[in-house]
Amino acid sequence: MELNVVDLSRLQFAMTALYHFLFVPLTLGLSVLLAIMETVYVMTGRPIWRQMTKFWGTLFGINFVLGVATGIVMEFQFGMNWSYYSHYVGDIFGAPLAIEGLMAFFLEATFVGLFFFGWDRMTKVGHLVTTWAVALGSNLSALWILVANGWMQNPVGAAFNPQTMRMEVVDFFAVLTNPVAQAKFVHTVSAGYVTASIFVLGVSAWYLLKGRHADLAKRSMTVAASFGLASALSVVVLGDESGYLTTEHQKMKLAAIEAMWETEPAPAGFTLFGFPSESARETHYAVRIPWVLGLIATRSLTQQIPGIEELVAGAERNIASGIKAFDALQQIRSAGSSQAIPPAARQAFEADGHNLGYALLLKRYVDDPRQATPAQIKAAAWDTVPSVPTLFWSFRVMVGLGFFFIAFLALFFVLSARRRLDRYPLLLRLAVLAIPLPWLAAELGWVVAEVGRQPWNIEGVLPTVAGVSSLGATTVLATLVGFVAIYTVLFVIEMSLMLRAVRKGPEPDDAPEAELIPQAFAAAE
Amino acid sequence: MILHTLIDYDTLRVIWWLLLGVLLIGFAIMDGFDLGTAILLPFVAKTDLERRVVINAVGPVWEGNQVWLILGGGAIFAAWPPLYAVSFSGFYLAMFAILFALILRPVGFKYRSKRESASWRSGWDWALFVGGLVPALVMGVAVGNVLQGVRFHFDTDLRIFYDGSTLFELLNPYGLLCGLLSVAMLAMHGAGWLALKTDGAVAGRARAVGRIAAVATVALFALGGAWLWLAGMGYHIVGTIPADGPSNPLAKTVALAPGAWLANFSAHPWMLAGPALGVLGALGSLALLGSRSQGGAFLASSASIFGIISTVGLSMFPFILPSSVDLRSSLTVWDASSSHLTLFIMLVCAAIFVPIVLAYTAWVYRVLWGKVDARAIADDSSHAY
Repeated sequence: MELNVVDLSRLQFAMTALYHFLFVPLTLGLSVLLAIMETVYVMTGRPIWRQMTKFWGTLFGINFVLGVATGIVMEFQFGMNWSYYSHYVGDIFGAPLAIEGLMAFFLEATFVGLFFFGWDRMTKVGHLVTTWAVALGSNLSALWILVANGWMQNPVGAAFNPQTMRMEVVDFFAVLTNPVAQAKFVHTVSAGYVTASIFVLGVSAWYLLKGRHADLAKRSMTVAASFGLASALSVVVLGDESGYLTTEHQKMKLAAIEAMWETEPAPAGFTLFGFPSESARETHYAVRIPWVLGLIATRSLTQQIPGIEELVAGAERNIASGIKAFDALQQIRSAGSSQAIPPAARQAFEADGHNLGYALLLKRYVDDPRQATPAQIKAAAWDTVPSVPTLFWSFRVMVGLGFFFIAFLALFFVLSARRRLDRYPLLLRLAVLAIPLPWLAAELGWVVAEVGRQPWNIEGVLPTVAGVSSLGATTVLATLVGFVAIYTVLFVIEMSLMLRAVRKGPEPDDAPEAELIPQAFAAAE
Repeated sequence: MILHTLIDYDTLRVIWWLLLGVLLIGFAIMDGFDLGTAILLPFVAKTDLERRVVINAVGPVWEGNQVWLILGGGAIFAAWPPLYAVSFSGFYLAMFAILFALILRPVGFKYRSKRESASWRSGWDWALFVGGLVPALVMGVAVGNVLQGVRFHFDTDLRIFYDGSTLFELLNPYGLLCGLLSVAMLAMHGAGWLALKTDGAVAGRARAVGRIAAVATVALFALGGAWLWLAGMGYHIVGTIPADGPSNPLAKTVALAPGAWLANFSAHPWMLAGPALGVLGALGSLALLGSRSQGGAFLASSASIFGIISTVGLSMFPFILPSSVDLRSSLTVWDASSSHLTLFIMLVCAAIFVPIVLAYTAWVYRVLWGKVDARAIADDSSHAY
């Protein structure tokens, strides 16, 4: 296979983004868990909760630093590898990224230093505020990043400006309140909470198995199990909301996830298992549950969900309309002044302009979309189908894990409520083994979201092949190799430091028992 | 939304040009002392404890400071999308070098002192040094190349093409001069910070090295200016360009105009305050590093950075990124911004959040005020790096 700059740029972005997201979910969840633990410390005055906060804080710090280091790469890569994308949608897409820095990341990064260095420099309440600021900052950060990502999936509130040859914002409020972005935000953040909960649960279970730090481990497990259970429920419920919105905004993604080649009568069945074949355009050995998909996706018994073939036919119509828009655009641009634009061209662009992106899909085959042959149009329409087997399997493993987390966390919640956390070594062993699973689910979630967006950079607006920078393939290959090399080394170092810190365990906390009534409350009285 | 028309498009563009300067200067002052401290690390610290003192002088604050860079990237993306698209992809390998260094830096801070082994620690000390030196150098080199003009052009779809701007082409004499200026400037600034945050041998060495850096800053800055004048660098917009027109760089005509980069200073003599501040700040830092002053040298080097970066911006105005191969593709304040609405929204966000950020940053620095306590690091009683 000959690698071209588009594939290499995609590979580099996918690799650096998936790597970045190894650290993000733990930061999101653990920051909140730290804040909860420290709140208990401040309210009860029991030093063990301070010791817990410091211990999990050490692990948080090792993880956080790589999140920061790899996050800069994300912020810069749009301009580096996707310069036409950056030009084309920077007017909208840049804003949430800038606001993320201003509103969220500043908060998080400024206070995180104080979290580690400020224990002896502040009052208890002062330090607690610091910890909450870190948690708030990291979660707000996720909000703005997902507003940006949500817009790529569902580009609301923007219109194409022929004079500047780019998309420009017309309704910023619509960008903010984009339902896809909102659903993604809560789904992603809850997934981060689950990740951190299962991490804390697993590490604590290891201590119980080794008979070390039982006090700290049990308390940590109680917090993690209850917080995690609530989050795991919300991940599935909100993931379902995501699915519902996908029906509305990204029908092709849904059809590909379900490997639903043909439209079926409502309510559609859910394919539990099967082998989708892209060449045969059917799913072999499908095991189906009637009605379920229709209910999840449309929340009705009568509404049909379009299959892939029907959607491809729709894409073909959109391409035809896009060609008209492209033609009108050429007339508008060659007119020079706005008075000289032929009224027919203006009307045509108003009618078909929203499908301009579909004409750009043809750029893969022909330089001027207006010269495309029917065969090329058909091929471009089939290009709108993302990789069906990838989506089908990623989605099923992710959802399967999601249900497993609920059961698993519910079990530990019950054990902790009945004070039997240390009774069943087998379950503790399971908890240790389960540590990597939330990461697997989170990465697969991104695979579903972003592979499912293909062939688009911006759904329906800008094809991925058009968004890339005009760089040489060897240049991108060189940086890709460089990133893989440094990321691999750092991953090994990070894992070894994590394991060392876990093996070493919490620092002894010899500080005297705090007064029963914390100073903050005493002062308030 | 009609609200955004309260401020004219051209006014918003000038405001965002100023804010671009604020962000770059903010980054150079705030993260600059972290970078400068890392550059000084091999020169001012001889023992492991001294190195830890130096690292802990920036340990609690570098993460927050680095957000200036991230915010700078985001704000350029939001307010000047063509600039973001052209510069980040045009300087592709240079950007990669910066990223590589910036990945090493945080990891170096956090991981260095987690093991006792001397080779582990010295390896990370080198990573920290590289993490400070490379971004400082490469960003300076980039500015040197921007002043000369960069080899890029747009096609009619505003797709960007580069005519062989490899990494090695950027390392031309003038680019390297600016790169060295940037390293000297930040080393001077880092020395000012160490003079404030440390004492004893480390502070003494920082003051000595910082004075050399201050002299180098003045010399390289003057040399850079003289070279600019002798080489007659500069571009000029032919005819007029509507200041509130659409952001399409291809609508204007640009000519090479020898000496144009100095024309703004003769037309508007008040702009000479920029270079004057650059020189006087560095001289002030030189004098104050030699005295017993604590924070004075740091303030002086901050002023110098402010002056030097403003000088570059003012000399090029209204150009932001000139093209040397297709002159009309050059990006200027009047044709490389976001839409009117986006600039307005981003201004509102900046007006709300910048004061908040500055307020809590000041609070954090107040809490962390005081010299790094070497004894606390030695007996590991503080959560030190």
